[in-house]
Amino acid sequence: MEQLNAWFTDLLAGNAIFTANTLGFYWDGLVTTVQLVFLCLVLGIVLAVPLAIGRGSKRPWIKWPIYLYTYVFRGTPLLIQLYLVYYGVVFFDGIQDSIFWVVFKQAFYPALIAFTLNTAAYTTEIFHGAIKNTAKGEIEAARAYGMSKPLMMRRIILPSAFRRALPAYGNEVIFMLHASAVASVVTIMDLTGAASYVYARFYAPFAAFSFVAVIYLCLTFSIMFCFRKLEKRLLAHLRPRGA
Amino acid sequence: MKRWITGLLIAGTLTAGPALAQDQQPVRLGIDVPYEPFVVRNAEGNLEGFEIDLGNELCARANLDCTWVEQGWDGIIPGLLARKYDAILSSMAITPERERQVRFSLPYYNTPSVWITARDRDIDITDKAALQGLTVGVQRGTIRDVYVTQEYGDILNIRRYGSSQDVVNDLQAGRLDLTFEDFPIAVDAIDFREADSPYKQLGDSIKTPTSIFGEGAAIAFRQRDEALAERFDRAICEVYADGTFDDLMQQYFDYDLSTPPSDADCAPFR
Repeated sequence: MEQLNAWFTDLLAGNAIFTANTLGFYWDGLVTTVQLVFLCLVLGIVLAVPLAIGRGSKRPWIKWPIYLYTYVFRGTPLLIQLYLVYYGVVFFDGIQDSIFWVVFKQAFYPALIAFTLNTAAYTTEIFHGAIKNTAKGEIEAARAYGMSKPLMMRRIILPSAFRRALPAYGNEVIFMLHASAVASVVTIMDLTGAASYVYARFYAPFAAFSFVAVIYLCLTFSIMFCFRKLEKRLLAHLRPRGA
Repeated sequence: MKRWITGLLIAGTLTAGPALAQDQQPVRLGIDVPYEPFVVRNAEGNLEGFEIDLGNELCARANLDCTWVEQGWDGIIPGLLARKYDAILSSMAITPERERQVRFSLPYYNTPSVWITARDRDIDITDKAALQGLTVGVQRGTIRDVYVTQEYGDILNIRRYGSSQDVVNDLQAGRLDLTFEDFPIAVDAIDFREADSPYKQLGDSIKTPTSIFGEGAAIAFRQRDEALAERFDRAICEVYADGTFDDLMQQYFDYDLSTPPSDADCAPFR
Protein backbone atom coordinates (compact mmCIF):
# COMPACT_ATOMS: atom_id res chain seq x y z
CA MET A 1 0.00 0.00 0.00
CA GLU A 2 2.79 2.34 0.97
CA GLN A 3 4.60 1.45 -2.23
CA LEU A 4 1.50 2.16 -4.25
CA ASN A 5 1.14 5.50 -2.53
CA ALA A 6 4.72 6.47 -3.28
CA TRP A 7 4.34 5.33 -6.87
CA PHE A 8 1.22 7.46 -7.28
CA THR A 9 2.86 10.54 -5.78
CA ASP A 10 5.79 10.04 -8.14
CA LEU A 11 3.44 9.72 -11.07
CA LEU A 12 1.72 13.00 -10.31
CA ALA A 13 4.90 14.88 -9.48
CA GLY A 14 6.73 13.69 -12.57
CA ASN A 15 4.00 14.34 -15.09
CA ALA A 16 3.68 17.38 -17.30
CA ILE A 17 0.16 16.57 -18.48
CA PHE A 18 -2.17 16.67 -15.50
CA THR A 19 -1.45 20.17 -14.26
CA ALA A 20 -3.97 22.57 -12.75
CA ASN A 21 -4.37 24.02 -16.21
CA THR A 22 -5.36 20.81 -18.00
CA LEU A 23 -7.47 19.63 -15.07
CA GLY A 24 -9.31 22.93 -15.49
CA PHE A 25 -9.95 21.99 -19.12
CA TYR A 26 -11.35 18.64 -18.00
CA TRP A 27 -13.55 20.29 -15.39
CA ASP A 28 -14.99 22.76 -17.92
CA GLY A 29 -15.51 19.81 -20.25
CA LEU A 30 -17.39 17.91 -17.56
CA VAL A 31 -19.68 20.89 -16.91
CA THR A 32 -20.35 21.31 -20.63
CA THR A 33 -21.08 17.62 -21.16
CA VAL A 34 -23.47 17.46 -18.22
CA GLN A 35 -25.25 20.65 -19.32
CA LEU A 36 -25.58 19.49 -22.90
CA VAL A 37 -26.82 15.99 -22.04
CA PHE A 38 -29.19 17.16 -19.30
CA LEU A 39 -30.76 19.87 -21.45
CA CYS A 40 -31.21 17.63 -24.48
CA LEU A 41 -32.77 14.88 -22.35
CA VAL A 42 -35.26 17.28 -20.73
CA LEU A 43 -36.21 18.82 -24.06
CA GLY A 44 -36.29 15.34 -25.60
CA ILE A 45 -38.84 14.09 -23.06
CA VAL A 46 -41.01 17.18 -23.48
CA LEU A 47 -41.10 16.48 -27.23
CA ALA A 48 -41.36 12.71 -26.94
CA VAL A 49 -44.49 12.40 -24.76
CA PRO A 50 -46.90 14.09 -27.20
CA LEU A 51 -45.11 12.45 -30.13
CA ALA A 52 -45.44 9.00 -28.55
CA ILE A 53 -49.19 9.56 -28.03
CA GLY A 54 -49.50 10.77 -31.62
CA ARG A 55 -47.46 7.84 -32.88
CA GLY A 56 -50.21 5.51 -31.59
CA SER A 57 -52.98 7.61 -33.11
CA LYS A 58 -55.36 6.05 -35.60
CA ARG A 59 -55.27 9.14 -37.85
CA PRO A 60 -52.72 8.55 -40.61
CA TRP A 61 -51.80 12.26 -40.99
CA ILE A 62 -50.65 12.29 -37.35
CA LYS A 63 -49.22 8.78 -37.18
CA TRP A 64 -47.13 8.62 -40.37
CA PRO A 65 -45.20 11.92 -40.16
CA ILE A 66 -44.12 11.01 -36.61
CA TYR A 67 -43.11 7.54 -37.79
CA LEU A 68 -41.10 9.11 -40.63
CA TYR A 69 -39.38 11.45 -38.13
CA THR A 70 -38.35 8.68 -35.73
CA TYR A 71 -37.35 6.46 -38.66
CA VAL A 72 -35.03 9.09 -40.13
CA PHE A 73 -33.44 10.12 -36.83
CA ARG A 74 -32.95 6.57 -35.60
CA GLY A 75 -31.74 5.45 -39.00
CA THR A 76 -28.88 7.93 -39.41
CA PRO A 77 -25.76 8.46 -37.31
CA LEU A 78 -25.85 11.27 -34.77
CA LEU A 79 -22.57 12.59 -36.16
CA ILE A 80 -24.19 13.13 -39.57
CA GLN A 81 -27.17 14.87 -37.95
CA LEU A 82 -24.81 17.13 -36.06
CA TYR A 83 -22.84 17.99 -39.22
CA LEU A 84 -26.08 18.75 -41.05
CA VAL A 85 -27.38 21.05 -38.34
CA TYR A 86 -24.05 22.78 -37.75
CA TYR A 87 -22.45 23.03 -41.20
CA GLY A 88 -25.65 22.50 -43.21
CA VAL A 89 -27.60 25.53 -42.00
CA VAL A 90 -25.03 27.98 -43.35
CA PHE A 91 -26.06 26.99 -46.87
CA PHE A 92 -29.44 28.67 -46.37
CA ASP A 93 -28.99 32.04 -48.05
CA GLY A 94 -29.09 34.98 -45.72
CA ILE A 95 -29.19 32.97 -42.49
CA GLN A 96 -26.32 35.12 -41.23
CA ASP A 97 -28.60 38.17 -41.36
CA SER A 98 -31.68 36.49 -39.86
CA ILE A 99 -32.59 36.26 -36.18
CA PHE A 100 -31.75 32.54 -36.24
CA TRP A 101 -28.06 33.37 -36.56
CA VAL A 102 -27.90 34.24 -32.86
CA VAL A 103 -28.62 30.56 -32.25
CA PHE A 104 -26.60 29.03 -35.08
CA LYS A 105 -23.51 31.19 -34.70
CA GLN A 106 -22.63 29.33 -31.51
CA ALA A 107 -21.61 25.69 -31.49
CA PHE A 108 -23.66 24.81 -28.40
CA TYR A 109 -27.17 25.39 -29.74
CA PRO A 110 -26.82 23.53 -33.04
CA ALA A 111 -25.43 20.59 -31.06
CA LEU A 112 -28.30 20.86 -28.56
CA ILE A 113 -30.83 20.88 -31.42
CA ALA A 114 -29.27 17.82 -33.09
CA PHE A 115 -29.01 15.90 -29.81
CA THR A 116 -32.57 16.80 -28.78
CA LEU A 117 -34.06 15.68 -32.09
CA ASN A 118 -32.07 12.46 -31.88
CA THR A 119 -32.95 11.52 -28.32
CA ALA A 120 -36.58 12.60 -28.84
CA ALA A 121 -36.85 10.11 -31.72
CA TYR A 122 -35.58 7.22 -29.58
CA THR A 123 -37.61 8.26 -26.54
CA THR A 124 -40.74 8.52 -28.69
CA GLU A 125 -40.32 4.90 -29.75
CA ILE A 126 -39.61 3.75 -26.18
CA PHE A 127 -42.71 5.49 -24.82
CA HIS A 128 -44.81 4.39 -27.78
CA GLY A 129 -43.89 0.77 -27.11
CA ALA A 130 -44.70 1.16 -23.43
CA ILE A 131 -48.08 2.79 -24.18
CA LYS A 132 -48.94 0.03 -26.63
CA ASN A 133 -48.18 -2.59 -24.01
CA THR A 134 -50.65 -1.23 -21.49
CA ALA A 135 -52.68 -4.15 -20.15
CA LYS A 136 -56.05 -4.44 -21.85
CA GLY A 137 -57.74 -4.91 -18.48
CA GLU A 138 -56.60 -1.52 -17.20
CA ILE A 139 -58.07 0.23 -20.25
CA GLU A 140 -61.34 -1.70 -20.02
CA ALA A 141 -61.60 -0.88 -16.35
CA ALA A 142 -61.01 2.81 -17.07
CA ARG A 143 -63.71 2.72 -19.74
CA ALA A 144 -66.08 0.99 -17.35
CA TYR A 145 -65.57 3.90 -14.96
CA GLY A 146 -66.65 6.20 -17.78
CA MET A 147 -63.34 8.00 -18.17
CA SER A 148 -62.90 10.19 -21.23
CA LYS A 149 -59.92 9.40 -23.47
CA PRO A 150 -57.71 12.30 -22.24
CA LEU A 151 -58.48 11.49 -18.63
CA MET A 152 -57.71 7.82 -19.22
CA MET A 153 -54.43 8.78 -20.88
CA ARG A 154 -53.47 11.03 -17.97
CA ARG A 155 -54.54 8.82 -15.08
CA ILE A 156 -54.09 5.28 -16.33
CA ILE A 157 -52.05 4.81 -19.46
CA LEU A 158 -49.20 7.33 -19.10
CA PRO A 159 -48.28 6.61 -15.44
CA SER A 160 -48.07 2.87 -16.01
CA ALA A 161 -46.33 3.35 -19.38
CA PHE A 162 -43.64 5.53 -17.74
CA ARG A 163 -42.93 2.81 -15.24
CA ARG A 164 -42.62 0.18 -17.93
CA ALA A 165 -40.42 2.48 -20.04
CA LEU A 166 -38.06 3.26 -17.18
CA PRO A 167 -35.37 0.56 -17.72
CA ALA A 168 -35.24 1.18 -21.47
CA TYR A 169 -35.17 4.93 -20.93
CA GLY A 170 -32.28 4.58 -18.48
CA ASN A 171 -30.32 2.94 -21.26
CA GLU A 172 -31.19 5.79 -23.61
CA VAL A 173 -29.85 8.31 -21.07
CA ILE A 174 -26.55 6.44 -20.89
CA PHE A 175 -26.38 6.11 -24.68
CA MET A 176 -26.97 9.83 -24.98
CA LEU A 177 -24.14 10.57 -22.55
CA HIS A 178 -21.81 8.46 -24.67
CA ALA A 179 -23.11 9.86 -27.94
CA SER A 180 -22.48 13.40 -26.69
CA ALA A 181 -18.77 12.73 -27.28
CA VAL A 182 -19.28 13.73 -30.92
CA ALA A 183 -19.99 17.32 -29.83
CA SER A 184 -16.27 18.06 -29.88
CA VAL A 185 -16.16 17.89 -33.69
CA VAL A 186 -18.03 21.20 -33.83
CA THR A 187 -15.54 22.85 -31.45
CA ILE A 188 -17.53 22.31 -28.25
CA MET A 189 -15.10 21.80 -25.38
CA ASP A 190 -16.93 18.92 -23.77
CA LEU A 191 -15.13 16.06 -21.98
CA THR A 192 -13.97 14.52 -25.25
CA GLY A 193 -13.02 17.95 -26.58
CA ALA A 194 -10.86 18.53 -23.50
CA ALA A 195 -9.25 15.11 -23.95
CA SER A 196 -8.53 15.76 -27.64
CA TYR A 197 -6.98 19.07 -26.70
CA VAL A 198 -4.72 17.53 -24.08
CA TYR A 199 -3.86 14.73 -26.51
CA ALA A 200 -2.96 17.14 -29.31
CA ARG A 201 -1.06 19.43 -26.97
CA PHE A 202 1.09 16.80 -25.28
CA TYR A 203 1.01 13.93 -27.84
CA ALA A 204 -0.17 11.69 -25.01
CA PRO A 205 -3.26 9.85 -26.29
CA PHE A 206 -3.22 7.13 -23.66
CA ALA A 207 -3.11 9.40 -20.62
CA ALA A 208 -5.53 11.95 -22.07
CA PHE A 209 -8.19 9.47 -23.15
CA SER A 210 -7.94 6.97 -20.30
CA PHE A 211 -8.47 9.81 -17.83
CA VAL A 212 -11.56 10.98 -19.67
CA ALA A 213 -12.81 7.38 -19.95
CA VAL A 214 -12.73 7.12 -16.15
CA ILE A 215 -14.81 10.32 -15.86
CA TYR A 216 -17.36 8.93 -18.33
CA LEU A 217 -17.45 5.70 -16.33
CA CYS A 218 -18.20 7.61 -13.13
CA LEU A 219 -20.99 9.54 -14.85
CA THR A 220 -22.44 6.34 -16.30
CA PHE A 221 -22.44 4.61 -12.93
CA SER A 222 -24.08 7.59 -11.22
CA ILE A 223 -26.85 7.55 -13.83
CA MET A 224 -27.26 3.78 -13.46
CA PHE A 225 -27.42 4.14 -9.69
CA CYS A 226 -30.20 6.77 -9.92
CA PHE A 227 -32.24 4.64 -12.30
CA ARG A 228 -31.82 1.54 -10.12
CA LYS A 229 -33.18 3.54 -7.16
CA LEU A 230 -36.06 4.86 -9.23
CA GLU A 231 -36.89 1.42 -10.58
CA LYS A 232 -36.82 -0.03 -7.08
CA ARG A 233 -39.38 2.53 -5.98
CA LEU A 234 -41.61 2.74 -9.01
CA LEU A 235 -41.53 -0.91 -10.04
CA ALA A 236 -41.83 -2.24 -6.49
CA HIS A 237 -45.05 -4.03 -7.39
CA LEU A 238 -43.23 -6.19 -9.95
CA ARG A 239 -40.66 -7.52 -7.55
CA PRO A 240 -41.14 -10.97 -6.06
CA ARG A 241 -42.27 -10.96 -2.45
CA GLY A 242 -39.70 -10.79 0.30
CA ALA A 243 -36.90 -9.81 -2.05
CA MET B 1 48.43 -16.13 -58.76
CA LYS B 2 45.75 -15.47 -56.16
CA ARG B 3 48.18 -13.69 -53.94
CA TRP B 4 49.32 -11.56 -56.85
CA ILE B 5 45.73 -10.39 -57.57
CA THR B 6 45.14 -9.61 -53.90
CA GLY B 7 48.35 -7.62 -53.83
CA LEU B 8 47.26 -5.65 -56.87
CA LEU B 9 43.86 -4.93 -55.31
CA ILE B 10 45.45 -3.71 -52.09
CA ALA B 11 47.82 -1.50 -54.02
CA GLY B 12 44.86 -0.19 -56.02
CA THR B 13 42.84 0.80 -52.98
CA LEU B 14 45.84 2.38 -51.33
CA THR B 15 46.48 4.66 -54.27
CA ALA B 16 42.79 5.30 -54.99
CA GLY B 17 42.09 6.48 -51.42
CA PRO B 18 43.96 9.78 -51.47
CA ALA B 19 42.93 10.38 -55.09
CA LEU B 20 39.21 10.16 -54.20
CA ALA B 21 39.57 12.70 -51.41
CA GLN B 22 40.55 15.28 -53.97
CA ASP B 23 37.57 14.38 -56.18
CA GLN B 24 34.06 15.16 -55.10
CA GLN B 25 32.91 13.08 -52.16
CA PRO B 26 29.74 11.10 -53.04
CA VAL B 27 26.77 11.90 -50.82
CA ARG B 28 23.29 10.39 -51.04
CA LEU B 29 20.37 12.62 -50.05
CA GLY B 30 17.09 11.02 -48.90
CA ILE B 31 13.85 12.72 -49.90
CA ASP B 32 10.14 11.95 -49.70
CA VAL B 33 8.49 12.50 -53.11
CA PRO B 34 6.21 14.28 -53.95
CA TYR B 35 5.71 17.42 -51.88
CA GLU B 36 4.81 20.24 -54.19
CA PRO B 37 6.42 22.63 -54.92
CA PHE B 38 9.39 21.38 -52.92
CA VAL B 39 9.85 18.19 -54.92
CA VAL B 40 7.92 16.44 -57.69
CA ARG B 41 8.76 13.92 -60.39
CA ASN B 42 8.32 15.53 -63.78
CA ALA B 43 7.05 13.97 -67.00
CA GLU B 44 10.55 12.78 -67.96
CA GLY B 45 10.83 10.97 -64.62
CA ASN B 46 13.36 13.38 -63.11
CA LEU B 47 13.04 15.01 -59.71
CA GLU B 48 12.54 18.74 -59.69
CA GLY B 49 11.38 21.41 -57.28
CA PHE B 50 12.62 23.94 -54.78
CA GLU B 51 14.39 21.47 -52.52
CA ILE B 52 16.05 19.67 -55.46
CA ASP B 53 17.43 22.97 -56.78
CA LEU B 54 18.47 24.11 -53.33
CA GLY B 55 20.04 20.74 -52.47
CA ASN B 56 22.04 20.65 -55.73
CA GLU B 57 23.21 24.22 -55.14
CA LEU B 58 24.34 23.39 -51.59
CA CYS B 59 26.18 20.28 -52.82
CA ALA B 60 27.97 22.25 -55.54
CA ARG B 61 29.14 24.78 -52.97
CA ALA B 62 30.23 22.09 -50.52
CA ASN B 63 32.08 20.32 -53.36
CA LEU B 64 30.04 17.13 -52.96
CA ASP B 65 28.78 14.72 -55.60
CA CYS B 66 25.15 14.37 -54.56
CA THR B 67 22.60 11.82 -55.70
CA TRP B 68 18.95 11.71 -54.60
CA VAL B 69 17.35 8.67 -52.99
CA GLU B 70 13.57 8.40 -52.70
CA GLN B 71 12.25 7.29 -49.33
CA GLY B 72 8.75 7.29 -47.82
CA TRP B 73 8.30 9.64 -44.87
CA ASP B 74 7.57 6.96 -42.27
CA GLY B 75 10.92 5.27 -42.69
CA ILE B 76 13.00 8.31 -43.50
CA ILE B 77 14.95 8.55 -40.22
CA PRO B 78 15.47 4.76 -39.87
CA GLY B 79 16.73 4.80 -43.50
CA LEU B 80 19.31 7.44 -42.59
CA LEU B 81 20.50 5.49 -39.55
CA ALA B 82 20.65 2.30 -41.66
CA ARG B 83 22.98 4.10 -44.12
CA LYS B 84 20.62 3.91 -47.10
CA TYR B 85 21.59 7.56 -47.62
CA ASP B 86 23.82 10.07 -45.83
CA ALA B 87 21.45 12.96 -45.21
CA ILE B 88 17.74 13.81 -45.30
CA LEU B 89 16.82 16.93 -47.25
CA SER B 90 13.05 16.64 -47.19
CA SER B 91 11.36 19.57 -45.41
CA MET B 92 12.06 17.99 -42.05
CA ALA B 93 11.23 20.38 -39.21
CA ILE B 94 13.63 20.51 -36.29
CA THR B 95 12.03 19.02 -33.17
CA PRO B 96 13.55 17.96 -29.85
CA GLU B 97 12.36 14.36 -30.42
CA ARG B 98 14.16 14.15 -33.77
CA GLU B 99 17.23 15.89 -32.39
CA ARG B 100 17.76 12.91 -30.12
CA GLN B 101 18.24 10.72 -33.20
CA VAL B 102 19.81 12.93 -35.83
CA ARG B 103 22.15 15.91 -36.16
CA PHE B 104 20.40 18.84 -37.85
CA SER B 105 22.02 21.44 -40.08
CA LEU B 106 21.11 25.10 -39.77
CA PRO B 107 17.45 25.53 -40.78
CA TYR B 108 17.05 26.47 -44.45
CA TYR B 109 13.41 27.51 -44.57
CA ASN B 110 10.43 28.09 -42.30
CA THR B 111 6.86 28.69 -43.45
CA PRO B 112 5.15 31.60 -41.73
CA SER B 113 1.69 31.69 -40.14
CA VAL B 114 -0.81 34.38 -40.96
CA TRP B 115 -3.87 36.13 -39.47
CA ILE B 116 -6.83 36.22 -41.85
CA THR B 117 -10.15 38.01 -41.58
CA ALA B 118 -13.01 39.14 -43.82
CA ARG B 119 -11.99 41.94 -46.21
CA ASP B 120 -14.61 44.35 -44.88
CA ARG B 121 -13.51 43.92 -41.25
CA ASP B 122 -11.31 46.57 -39.71
CA ILE B 123 -9.22 44.81 -37.07
CA ASP B 124 -5.84 45.79 -35.70
CA ILE B 125 -4.18 42.58 -34.55
CA THR B 126 -1.54 44.42 -32.54
CA ASP B 127 -4.13 46.30 -30.49
CA LYS B 128 -4.95 43.60 -27.97
CA ALA B 129 -7.55 45.66 -26.12
CA ALA B 130 -9.67 46.03 -29.27
CA LEU B 131 -9.63 42.27 -29.88
CA GLN B 132 -11.55 41.52 -26.69
CA GLY B 133 -14.41 39.10 -27.32
CA LEU B 134 -13.63 38.30 -30.96
CA THR B 135 -13.70 34.66 -32.02
CA VAL B 136 -10.69 32.98 -33.61
CA GLY B 137 -10.60 29.51 -35.18
CA VAL B 138 -7.48 27.32 -35.18
CA GLN B 139 -6.66 23.70 -35.90
CA ARG B 140 -6.43 21.83 -32.61
CA GLY B 141 -2.99 21.00 -31.28
CA THR B 142 -1.01 22.79 -33.99
CA ILE B 143 1.72 25.33 -33.28
CA ARG B 144 -0.84 27.99 -34.27
CA ASP B 145 -3.13 26.71 -31.52
CA VAL B 146 -0.27 26.93 -29.01
CA TYR B 147 0.64 30.48 -30.13
CA VAL B 148 -2.93 31.81 -30.01
CA THR B 149 -3.58 30.12 -26.64
CA GLN B 150 -0.40 31.54 -25.16
CA GLU B 151 -0.56 35.07 -26.60
CA TYR B 152 -4.30 35.69 -26.88
CA GLY B 153 -5.79 33.08 -24.54
CA ASP B 154 -7.56 35.53 -22.21
CA ILE B 155 -8.53 38.02 -24.93
CA LEU B 156 -9.86 36.04 -27.87
CA ASN B 157 -12.54 33.44 -27.80
CA ILE B 158 -10.69 30.39 -29.20
CA ARG B 159 -12.50 27.67 -31.14
CA ARG B 160 -10.49 24.57 -31.97
CA TYR B 161 -11.23 22.39 -34.99
CA GLY B 162 -10.15 18.93 -36.06
CA SER B 163 -9.02 20.01 -39.53
CA SER B 164 -8.06 23.27 -41.17
CA GLN B 165 -10.85 22.66 -43.71
CA ASP B 166 -13.37 22.99 -40.87
CA VAL B 167 -11.76 26.28 -39.80
CA VAL B 168 -12.14 27.65 -43.31
CA ASN B 169 -15.75 26.44 -43.48
CA ASP B 170 -16.66 28.35 -40.34
CA LEU B 171 -14.75 31.43 -41.44
CA GLN B 172 -16.79 31.40 -44.63
CA ALA B 173 -19.99 30.68 -42.68
CA GLY B 174 -19.34 33.80 -40.61
CA ARG B 175 -18.96 32.06 -37.26
CA LEU B 176 -15.37 33.26 -36.90
CA ASP B 177 -13.98 36.79 -36.85
CA LEU B 178 -10.43 35.60 -37.39
CA THR B 179 -8.33 32.62 -38.19
CA PHE B 180 -4.64 32.02 -37.65
CA GLU B 181 -3.38 29.67 -40.33
CA ASP B 182 -0.27 28.18 -41.85
CA PHE B 183 0.59 30.40 -44.84
CA PRO B 184 0.74 27.71 -47.59
CA ILE B 185 -2.43 26.05 -46.28
CA ALA B 186 -4.22 29.40 -46.24
CA VAL B 187 -3.07 30.13 -49.80
CA ASP B 188 -4.53 26.80 -50.92
CA ALA B 189 -7.80 27.16 -49.04
CA ILE B 190 -8.69 30.84 -49.62
CA ASP B 191 -7.32 33.33 -52.14
CA PHE B 192 -6.76 35.92 -49.46
CA ARG B 193 -4.12 37.74 -51.48
CA GLU B 194 -6.36 38.50 -54.48
CA ALA B 195 -7.85 41.99 -54.51
CA ASP B 196 -11.37 40.64 -55.11
CA SER B 197 -11.12 37.94 -52.43
CA PRO B 198 -13.57 38.27 -49.52
CA TYR B 199 -10.63 37.75 -47.13
CA LYS B 200 -7.43 39.55 -46.33
CA GLN B 201 -4.25 39.16 -44.34
CA LEU B 202 -3.98 41.04 -41.05
CA GLY B 203 -0.62 42.45 -40.05
CA ASP B 204 2.65 40.70 -40.82
CA SER B 205 3.31 37.00 -41.33
CA ILE B 206 4.52 35.42 -38.11
CA LYS B 207 7.48 33.06 -37.55
CA THR B 208 8.58 33.91 -34.03
CA PRO B 209 9.02 33.00 -31.23
CA THR B 210 10.96 29.94 -32.38
CA SER B 211 10.11 28.29 -29.06
CA ILE B 212 6.60 27.86 -30.51
CA PHE B 213 7.00 27.97 -34.27
CA GLY B 214 10.18 25.95 -34.33
CA GLU B 215 13.36 26.87 -36.12
CA GLY B 216 12.19 25.49 -39.44
CA ALA B 217 13.17 22.72 -41.81
CA ALA B 218 16.75 21.49 -41.81
CA ILE B 219 18.94 18.78 -43.29
CA ALA B 220 19.32 15.76 -41.02
CA PHE B 221 22.55 13.78 -40.65
CA ARG B 222 23.70 10.87 -38.56
CA GLN B 223 24.97 12.19 -35.22
CA ARG B 224 28.59 11.25 -35.91
CA ASP B 225 28.76 12.87 -39.39
CA GLU B 226 29.69 16.19 -37.86
CA ALA B 227 32.12 17.14 -40.65
CA LEU B 228 29.55 16.57 -43.39
CA ALA B 229 26.95 18.59 -41.49
CA GLU B 230 29.37 21.49 -41.14
CA ARG B 231 30.01 21.55 -44.89
CA PHE B 232 26.27 21.96 -45.45
CA ASP B 233 26.02 24.59 -42.70
CA ARG B 234 28.71 26.59 -44.47
CA ALA B 235 26.86 26.23 -47.80
CA ILE B 236 23.58 27.37 -46.21
CA CYS B 237 25.31 30.45 -44.82
CA GLU B 238 26.72 31.17 -48.29
CA VAL B 239 23.44 30.86 -50.21
CA TYR B 240 21.80 33.24 -47.75
CA ALA B 241 24.70 35.69 -47.74
CA ASP B 242 24.96 36.13 -51.52
CA GLY B 243 21.22 36.15 -52.29
CA THR B 244 21.13 32.78 -54.10
CA PHE B 245 18.51 31.53 -51.67
CA ASP B 246 16.20 34.47 -52.34
CA ASP B 247 16.53 34.01 -56.11
CA LEU B 248 15.67 30.32 -55.82
CA MET B 249 12.80 31.03 -53.46
CA GLN B 250 11.30 33.57 -55.83
CA GLN B 251 11.26 30.99 -58.62
CA TYR B 252 8.92 28.78 -56.61
CA PHE B 253 7.12 30.92 -54.04
CA ASP B 254 5.47 34.30 -53.95
CA TYR B 255 5.83 34.64 -50.19
CA ASP B 256 8.78 34.70 -47.82
CA LEU B 257 9.83 31.42 -46.24
CA SER B 258 13.46 32.35 -45.72
CA THR B 259 15.04 31.90 -42.33
CA PRO B 260 18.43 33.61 -42.57
CA PRO B 261 20.98 32.10 -40.16
CA SER B 262 22.27 34.47 -37.52
CA ASP B 263 25.75 35.98 -37.71
CA ALA B 264 26.74 33.88 -34.72
CA ASP B 265 25.68 30.69 -36.52
CA CYS B 266 27.76 31.57 -39.57
CA ALA B 267 30.77 32.99 -37.72
CA PRO B 268 32.78 29.72 -37.78
CA PHE B 269 32.66 29.68 -41.60
CA ARG B 270 34.07 33.14 -42.30
